[in-house]
Amino acid sequence: MTNIPIEGILLPNEKPKHESSSNWKEYFSFSTDHKVIGIQYLVTSFFFFLVGGIFAMVMRGELMTPESDLVDRTVYNGMFTMHGTVMLFLWTFPSLVGFANYLVPLMIGARDMAFPRLNAVAFWMVPVVGILMMGSFFVPGGPAQAGWWSYPPVSLQNPTGNLINGQVIWLLAVAISGVSSIMGAVNFVTTIVKMRAPGMGFFRMPLFVWGVFSAQIIQLFGLPALTAGAVMLLLDLTVGTSFFDPAKGGNPVMFQHYFWFYSHPAVYVIILPVFAIFSEIFPVYSRKPLFGYKVVAVSSILIAVVSGIVWVHHMYVSGTPGWMRLIFMLTTMCVSVPTGIKVFAWVATIWGGKLRLHTPMLFALGALIMFVFAGITGIMLSSVPVDVHVNNTYFVVGHFHYVLYGTVTMGLYAAIYHWFPKMTGRMYSESWGKIHFWLAFIGTNLNFLPMHPLGLQGMLRRVASYAPEYQFWNVIASLGGFLLGMSTLPFIFNMVISWMQGEKAPANPWRAIGLEWLVSSPPPVENFEEIPIIISEPYGYGKSEPLTANLPE
Amino acid sequence: MKIQKILNILTLLTGAIAVTFTSIWIGKQAYSWLPPQAAAESLLIDDLISFLVTLGAFIFLGVTSTLIYSVIFHRAVKDDFTDGPPIEGNVTLEVVWTAIPILLVFWIASYSYQVYEQMGIQGPSELVHLHNPLAMESAYAAPANALAEPVEKIDVLAKQWAWVFHYPERDITSTELHLPSDRRVRLALKSQDVLHGFYIPAFRLKQDIIPNHAIDFEFTPILAGQYRLTDSQYSGTYFATMQANVIVESPEDYQQWLAQAATQKPSPAKNQAASEYAQTSNQSVQTGWVTVPPAAPPLVNSPG
Repeated sequence: MTNIPIEGILLPNEKPKHESSSNWKEYFSFSTDHKVIGIQYLVTSFFFFLVGGIFAMVMRGELMTPESDLVDRTVYNGMFTMHGTVMLFLWTFPSLVGFANYLVPLMIGARDMAFPRLNAVAFWMVPVVGILMMGSFFVPGGPAQAGWWSYPPVSLQNPTGNLINGQVIWLLAVAISGVSSIMGAVNFVTTIVKMRAPGMGFFRMPLFVWGVFSAQIIQLFGLPALTAGAVMLLLDLTVGTSFFDPAKGGNPVMFQHYFWFYSHPAVYVIILPVFAIFSEIFPVYSRKPLFGYKVVAVSSILIAVVSGIVWVHHMYVSGTPGWMRLIFMLTTMCVSVPTGIKVFAWVATIWGGKLRLHTPMLFALGALIMFVFAGITGIMLSSVPVDVHVNNTYFVVGHFHYVLYGTVTMGLYAAIYHWFPKMTGRMYSESWGKIHFWLAFIGTNLNFLPMHPLGLQGMLRRVASYAPEYQFWNVIASLGGFLLGMSTLPFIFNMVISWMQGEKAPANPWRAIGLEWLVSSPPPVENFEEIPIIISEPYGYGKSEPLTANLPE
Repeated sequence: MKIQKILNILTLLTGAIAVTFTSIWIGKQAYSWLPPQAAAESLLIDDLISFLVTLGAFIFLGVTSTLIYSVIFHRAVKDDFTDGPPIEGNVTLEVVWTAIPILLVFWIASYSYQVYEQMGIQGPSELVHLHNPLAMESAYAAPANALAEPVEKIDVLAKQWAWVFHYPERDITSTELHLPSDRRVRLALKSQDVLHGFYIPAFRLKQDIIPNHAIDFEFTPILAGQYRLTDSQYSGTYFATMQANVIVESPEDYQQWLAQAATQKPSPAKNQAASEYAQTSNQSVQTGWVTVPPAAPPLVNSPG
């Protein structure tokens, strides 16, 4: 298969100066090269994305009819628990860490991460988490069935009586994943603070680096709380302590505080890098500087700060006193201000540009539209009286899937297409990319939009059976879900074929501004022969000023 | 050039007017997306939802129509490899689009706060005695003297996986929740085992039930009819089956039902979780994993 030449982009026949190791075995080794680790993260997490997707399709199959008839109730409960867990801890987190690993050193002009071996150790914990999670299907009693929140007392009930059960494995896996993420966070923050090229002040950093920096700071203050909660629950479950067990005088609501203190900010850990991907992509394909660069950069830090005081909005109906409900309503709504700044800045960047709708741009635009929708339903959910009605219904499920599929996954696709030539040294097929986009965009809306009317009508999440009047929208949602599943096929096909025999990519196929585009595709080991000296701000589209003093533009 | 400018302003104005009217229309539709308004609180919440949908539709349509306009009219011409105008920012514009969301947030928050105050639904028990039922006055059109009457008190027990309602005045138990219309009701929510959630979509009301915590919950049903109560907090294997009928009827019918139920001897109620569990345990091939056995079906005067 040959690739269709990219419309409007010239592909000069220059040969990359030095090939990076083309030995595929390297990707299965304990490599300390941040680029190899980045791709290891991306490929591993995509595998688990497919696994989580299969679980989702079993669930959507079950929900085609009101009765619980496709799988047993316990199997359904295991499916939604593992779907949520896999998609968060084994897909969105690691894939974004993969991009951060690949891009941050390149974008700040460093030869590698600050702690390369720590980086490799952090990565190799991800397959361990995955093997544990998948292995839990084979223990007596099956995998965890208490939902990805694992609220006690349900998560403390152990009908098998075995010490090794799905819930114990789940907690161990989550704790290991937390340790891996803390390692990553320490590494990223150190790298960004200490290893920027000369001349790269904070306000000359690309926004992707700002996004990663803000997100990793959240990891540093949030993850200890989650890990503590998980360990306490593990002790309750295995040795019979009574932190959260009400039968022994414990308080199950405390677990909710521990859990959400991290797990709401976790959403921003995922979405800040995706916002940052938008900020990288819109200027390139609009041929304009990012509008309001400094404000957009600072808004990432603001989101990270505010994220620390919003967690109780998950607990409005958990016996939370009125005054607390109202304070957290206001702080939650405040998140919309820095987020709104970003959205308006992207729209202003696109406005009046010279748009080229390549696949990455299509994905980024589609994701932006779906994010605006998610933001609006998010404001509705933060309002206490509305939340009292729709909390724990499909309205919430629809909202966060617009965030996590409509925005995060679509944003990840945008990033994969955009940096594919850089990572592999090959061009992808534009026409297959567009087919993928339209299938994914239609599938996402068909799948998740019907969840909003269902939730407003009162259909609950996590149910294996439901009242017949909810069937119509459920069938539409299921069909959308199956379409989404299918949409990954052209993507996989495109990636595999293009990586093997796509057209050779030049160093800078998109004529983008940024340090990563100044090195060959794929970049050589250690990235830069000479560390670049930064002399201007990023996103200088239309200004024709050089970015560096010593590297060829 | 001048005509071009006037045309641009006209396009913008037409667009803004179209977006405004469309969002007002969408906001009105919001009522039809919701279940019947069976409690006084639902009237307040639905108005708030409609308001938020209107505002949200305005923002969504404003942003997407700008984007779609750009995608259609700001495309690069084939073989034009030049860059767009290098506009890096505009302080006035940035201040305006920061200030407007801040004002909107305070507007939405204060409106939500007012609605929440008027609902007076309670929650944890500590503050119950400070509650003033008259705060509900503006919420619905029922005669004011109805509010002065004593609240109806009912105990609600949730367990894996059944609801049991106890009417202390006559010491009656039931698996159906009967409520008099236009009376303030106070429920004492209790859980026997795990977290459960009390949720009646037609009332728009929800409250988690936490073991070892007494939680009072107040509201006012206003529309006679039959509705569904569901468990809204995931409670394990048979979570989806944990439902009950809610019957709102006139105070006279309600008293009659109480009197009639009082004459009946307690008998075991129907329970979907228990019967499904018995069925799957008898299967020769086990298709699922082990589960917590459901509690025995409750003994009630009125099994519904």
